[in-house]
Amino acid sequence: MEFFRFERDIPFMSWGRFTTTFSLLTFILSIFFLFYKGLNLGVDFTGGTVLEVNYAQPADLNKIRTTFTSIGISDASVQNFGSSRDVMIRLPIKGDSSAAKLSEIVIDALKKADDTVEMRRVEFVGPQVGEELLENGALALLFVSLGIVAYLAMRFEWKFGVAGIIANLHDVIIILGFFAFFQWEFSLTVLAAVLAILGYSVNESVVIFDRIRENFRKMRRADVNKVIDNAITRTMSRTIITHGSTQIVVLAMLFFGGETLFYFALALTIGILFGIYSSVLVASPILLLLGVKREDLVKPEVKTQEEAAP
Amino acid sequence: MNRYPLWKNLIIAISLFLGLLYTLPNFFGESPAIQISPLRATTTSVNPELIKKVEDSLRKSNIATNGTIVEGSSIKVRFAETDIQIKAKDLLQAELGNDYIVALNLIPNSPDWLSSIGALPMYLGLDLRGGVHFMLQVDMVGALTKALDRYSADIRSSLREQKVSFSGIERERGQLTIKFRDEPSRTKGESELKRIYPDLELRTINMDRNFLLIATIKPDAHVRMQTAALQQNITTLRNRVNELGVAEPIIQQAGVDRVIVQLPGVQDTAKAKDILGRTATLEVRLVDDESDIDAALRGQIPVGTELFTERGGNPLLVKKQVLLTGDRITDAQPGFDNDSQPAVHVSLDSNGARIFKDLTRNNVGKRMAILLVEKNISEVITAPVIREEIGGGRVQISGRMSTIEARDVSLLLRAGALAAPMEIIEERTVGPSLGAENIARGFNSTLFGFLAVAIFIVIYYRAFGTISVIALCSNLLLLIGLLSILQATLTLPGMAAIALTVGMAIDANVLINERIRDELRGGASPHMAINAGYERAFGTILDSNITTLIAGLALFSFGSGPIKGFAVVLCLGILTSIFSAVLVSRSLVNFLYGNQRKLDNISIGTVWRPVTTKRSGKNVKAKQNELTNPSKDN
Repeated sequence: MEFFRFERDIPFMSWGRFTTTFSLLTFILSIFFLFYKGLNLGVDFTGGTVLEVNYAQPADLNKIRTTFTSIGISDASVQNFGSSRDVMIRLPIKGDSSAAKLSEIVIDALKKADDTVEMRRVEFVGPQVGEELLENGALALLFVSLGIVAYLAMRFEWKFGVAGIIANLHDVIIILGFFAFFQWEFSLTVLAAVLAILGYSVNESVVIFDRIRENFRKMRRADVNKVIDNAITRTMSRTIITHGSTQIVVLAMLFFGGETLFYFALALTIGILFGIYSSVLVASPILLLLGVKREDLVKPEVKTQEEAAP
Repeated sequence: MNRYPLWKNLIIAISLFLGLLYTLPNFFGESPAIQISPLRATTTSVNPELIKKVEDSLRKSNIATNGTIVEGSSIKVRFAETDIQIKAKDLLQAELGNDYIVALNLIPNSPDWLSSIGALPMYLGLDLRGGVHFMLQVDMVGALTKALDRYSADIRSSLREQKVSFSGIERERGQLTIKFRDEPSRTKGESELKRIYPDLELRTINMDRNFLLIATIKPDAHVRMQTAALQQNITTLRNRVNELGVAEPIIQQAGVDRVIVQLPGVQDTAKAKDILGRTATLEVRLVDDESDIDAALRGQIPVGTELFTERGGNPLLVKKQVLLTGDRITDAQPGFDNDSQPAVHVSLDSNGARIFKDLTRNNVGKRMAILLVEKNISEVITAPVIREEIGGGRVQISGRMSTIEARDVSLLLRAGALAAPMEIIEERTVGPSLGAENIARGFNSTLFGFLAVAIFIVIYYRAFGTISVIALCSNLLLLIGLLSILQATLTLPGMAAIALTVGMAIDANVLINERIRDELRGGASPHMAINAGYERAFGTILDSNITTLIAGLALFSFGSGPIKGFAVVLCLGILTSIFSAVLVSRSLVNFLYGNQRKLDNISIGTVWRPVTTKRSGKNVKAKQNELTNPSKDN
């Protein structure tokens, strides 16, 4: 079986104007939504209490809300998730330090109202912890970005490092844009997915860059556009199959992984789809824009040696 | 060309065998058990009578066990079901009393020979097994205030003792201000205090005819104080957690001023919080040996006394009047007395020393009781006889003590109270049913993802696809084996990382297979194509995995809890996938094709060749020349 039968190289680079416009547009839109709507940060980052409870029969949300009002909690968010018997309760952080005790008070009250309630999960995060987690997340993002640029610059050349990281940060911004637009909950696990995507989709750029370098050596007479087009075309098959395989697994997670893994898998899905797009149609045009040359990768000494060989 | 030397094949075979061996325990699962261990190593140890007692009481109540194991200083009893386990726990707790910790636990079902070589199932995190996770912050400002208050009382009595006149001591934020009336007394006070309290930094300031001496705690002493406070809090927490009956509690330091407490299997968070947050105090009181103890045992307790049982069993009457409390104790260390008998050396602060001196002078020959008061329950730790007047604040408690007991008592004296207040700043509780569900979710994601990928790859790449799938299997085997050996904590995100590894590890094999097809398309002979495909794909595989590894390491160093679990699996998965995709699959390919001298065709699915138009035909031809001679490129 062979899905990809390219008679000749696909002129990806000649689409540069169109793809750059598209990228810029999605990028700007993402930034816009990030600022306009903001991320719906989960309890990990904002601090607060989340309770997950399960009832024997479909839960009466209004009754639960009344219970909360009766114990003096007015700002609780109560909603179903998964099934009608599962309820998620979110309580914002309060100024005082007794917040850790809040979950007990709530569970007691719920038990009194309906004793079939079963506590499934409680998460309480103090405000100082939330801030720290956010800070650490930003640090991790910075560390990964710098690490990747440094590695690509060392392995190839600085232009490749810059092109690679721009393409991938573009993916990250777009994932964040999606989360802002749909107001999906951005939790610690989603952050892990974003960072994993950053590492993973650089793979794609690396594979194409590898081919570009190889082509610079082999296709000595071709111009840079053609070299890049050929590299992308010839790695196309591998790109689609690899990402397809990863996506299959991510889909399995999306469908079978439950609540916790759902947004994790969703972030990965967006990341994988845009990862393919950006490695092909963002990284390489930037490489052109930065004026990549044969001499950047193929050292002149090597060339003379090759010519000397029979 | 496509043959591996014996040593390479051996390395592969051995690592796969080890992978299988250490993965095995995960298949046997775990069964509910009860772990019985003495509360203190001193009072009682595991002996045949205890085992007999446990077995007898279980038999009497018709509770069926699946065997009893003695492990170190604890006994583990295995049960078939969780219901029986809980019933047995309640029973044993009532039978054995307070001297033992009776805790719910899980023990692996794998055969003994596996356990004996250290092959254990993966260690499940709290989100998979259910339990409570707390992060507590130690209030260091509170600790500092407490220390300064103690210093202020000490300084007051030292100055009085040295007959230095002063008009007052005040504590303001992080410093003490001592007021003197004139210059000479300040100079004298300064030199005295410098001698007695080397940990204090002293400064002189003159303000509105007041001669002030400012005392602050030196930075290094401050650090030492913080470390000591944190250590003491951890010790205290450990003692308290023991009471909860948790089989494998984790109590560890996190950062400079934080403690993480993880209690697997604990559902009653209210009780857990209560126990962690409560304060304990020590009291020194006198023992009433004059009254009739037998009468007291019959219920006639004299007025002003209370009946206690000393640890070790003897009943005694203790006077209600508290002479000294535990916050006067600055340190307690195990050691030996002059007769080389185990003893506990206790240091008191100067106020405590004075009280203790008076107390011992007036009561030579009598017994004093040291009580630990926790949650309104008092217990007599020890009741030694006062031999002589003890001054100087150094007290030695000895007699009828083993070395272990001395260690325990000193620990209790030190840890009886928290050094500084603590606050819960993070709590994560997962119920047992959710834990089990999470395991199923993680497992299903991995299983279905794996099957889908495997089917696709086999159809697409035929024999090479099958080999890739076998390599993927061995990758999983090595990864799970490695996780089991390291006993790294497996969390739900960790399981997601296993699934993700499956999806990402196939990348290496796809790269290799596509390269081989490419070489074949270019006209290389099958043997040549296999060799070139593996050789050339390797660099790319390495590059692309290193970038993911960078991300994994960043997650590991900046992440916390479940994210760390994700990062560990991701990083290990990358390492095992490189090994299995490159070495294991190559050895299989070699095994399949390596011995065929004349190889016309390999099963790698359709190798499609572009229809040769004039232009592309030239290209193909040009490529052919170069590809058949790979050495030219290097």
